[in-house]
Amino acid sequence: MLGHEFMRNAYLAGTFVALACGAIGYFVVLRAQVFAGDALSHVAFAGALGAAAIGIDIRLGLFAATLVVGAGLGGLGERARADDVVIGTVFAWILGLGALFLSIFVSGSSGADGTAAVRVLFGSILGLSGGEARLAAAIAIAACLALAAIARPLLLASLDPEVARGLGVPVRALGVVFFVILGAVAAEATQAVGALLLLGLLAAPGGAARLLTDRPWLGVALAAAIAVGSTWLGLFLSYEIDSLPAGTAIIGVATAAFLLAALRDRARGGVRRNNRIPAITANAPDGAGARLEA
Amino acid sequence: MSLSGPHLSWDLVADWEQLTAYPFMVQALEAGAIVAVMAGAIGWFMVLRRQTFAGHTLAVISFPGAAAATLAAIPIAFGYFGACALGALALAAVGREGRGGRSGESAAIGTVQAFALGLGFLFVGLYGGQLAGLESLLFGTFLGITQGQVVTLLCIAVAVLSVLAVIGRPLFFTSVDGSVARAGGVPTRALAVAFLLLLGMAVAATAEITGALLVFALLVTPAATAQLITARPALGLALSVVLAFLVTWIGLGIAYFSPYPVGFWVTSLSFGLYVLVRLAAAPPRLRAAI
Repeated sequence: MLGHEFMRNAYLAGTFVALACGAIGYFVVLRAQVFAGDALSHVAFAGALGAAAIGIDIRLGLFAATLVVGAGLGGLGERARADDVVIGTVFAWILGLGALFLSIFVSGSSGADGTAAVRVLFGSILGLSGGEARLAAAIAIAACLALAAIARPLLLASLDPEVARGLGVPVRALGVVFFVILGAVAAEATQAVGALLLLGLLAAPGGAARLLTDRPWLGVALAAAIAVGSTWLGLFLSYEIDSLPAGTAIIGVATAAFLLAALRDRARGGVRRNNRIPAITANAPDGAGARLEA
Repeated sequence: MSLSGPHLSWDLVADWEQLTAYPFMVQALEAGAIVAVMAGAIGWFMVLRRQTFAGHTLAVISFPGAAAATLAAIPIAFGYFGACALGALALAAVGREGRGGRSGESAAIGTVQAFALGLGFLFVGLYGGQLAGLESLLFGTFLGITQGQVVTLLCIAVAVLSVLAVIGRPLFFTSVDGSVARAGGVPTRALAVAFLLLLGMAVAATAEITGALLVFALLVTPAATAQLITARPALGLALSVVLAFLVTWIGLGIAYFSPYPVGFWVTSLSFGLYVLVRLAAAPPRLRAAI
């Protein structure tokens, strides 16, 4: 299998993108910001189409769009408590912009049809060149290092923003930096492996790790391991089974991991429920929902 | 003159006559009105319950449904409704998994959405890579609606709104304060599942017309604007419906006279309105800073 260059490239890019998505995903899940991550992947989609429509490098559009929107969402976080409704409203408009860019792009170049959009939405991890794969790996490693640099204060700010603020941690700035990192990973992952994989690798491994352990650093490691494992196994499955796309296989494995974690958690039942650190739920940065759900 | 395409003038009656000169435009306006009323009402509850992510996920789930229906050569409508019903049940099931506050729930919803998209990708691949229709799956075929679709849409809207009218009062109660409602004997859990199913039906019906991506604009933005303006439930609900209806019709009208797509105008109009209301509602100190 590894005799093929495209498979080596897929494993190279896939491993590091999954590592970054898994580690960042744990924090995304901890901060209940999966919807924001999802929105960023669609923002990347609109940004790429916008760049294609005005005829500049797609990469430029991707990074500009996700970094600007990422910083905006992060900045809204602490002041106005950007809840899902605000994100959804901004997000709906950006999808509309995507529709506009797509129509300009499609009517502008006679040869192009929806395929560019499809490629951005679903990526093509098996179609990467050696250079593209190395670039994706490099950006993913840079994102991991940046995350590691802010990980400790970020964890405190995510678990208990009030205490963190009291200790002099710049909670809001951390939120912005975190979203900028997430935006960079979203931009790179979207074009290397597709928006679909990005969401799956953010949500499923992070969610599974949260269900498996209450210890944060173990959780980060678990999430990264599940993401990388899903990518490896998924790539292998799609190589063995002809009609199975790589993205579907990877998401399938990650979803299975999440389901297993949920079943295990349910089997262990109420004991853990009572042991759960109350601060996590009581002071989650999106209190609005918790109030309604409780 | 008639060959040179539509022209906008100051004579509103003439404009209206141009707008309704073609049956496809009349049907688009009819379908738009039905969809807007349904989405405005359901969306108001969705925003109140802070279930935007679930709504977006249901909208996305309609895409694999349509792809599966195309693959199985059954009418696409079955795909939309089947997938959205299944999706609603899946979301209701993982909602219980969402302990540990909202973070567990948002991870579960994200996983459901990613998995559904993965399946959609698989179906599109199995169909033989025929992706020509993908743009209309995502962004809709607002201007290609048949009279039959309008009638179907009307039936679904009437059904959805009737059920909503029946469960509306207890649903509002549980949405505002779940624990008090539960203590008062309201079946909170059953209502949550019922609402997700209603949301799924509304999304499926709307997605067929507006595409999977733009459903969301009609569901969330008018409702969010209405809730910024008033906290009174009946007034807010009415306002949400009226706003959704207005942005849809005005968006359709502008799109008819311009080269850009309906979806862009509808989302831009509703977002512009939201931003205006938000600025007007901001406290004076903040407004001075802006």
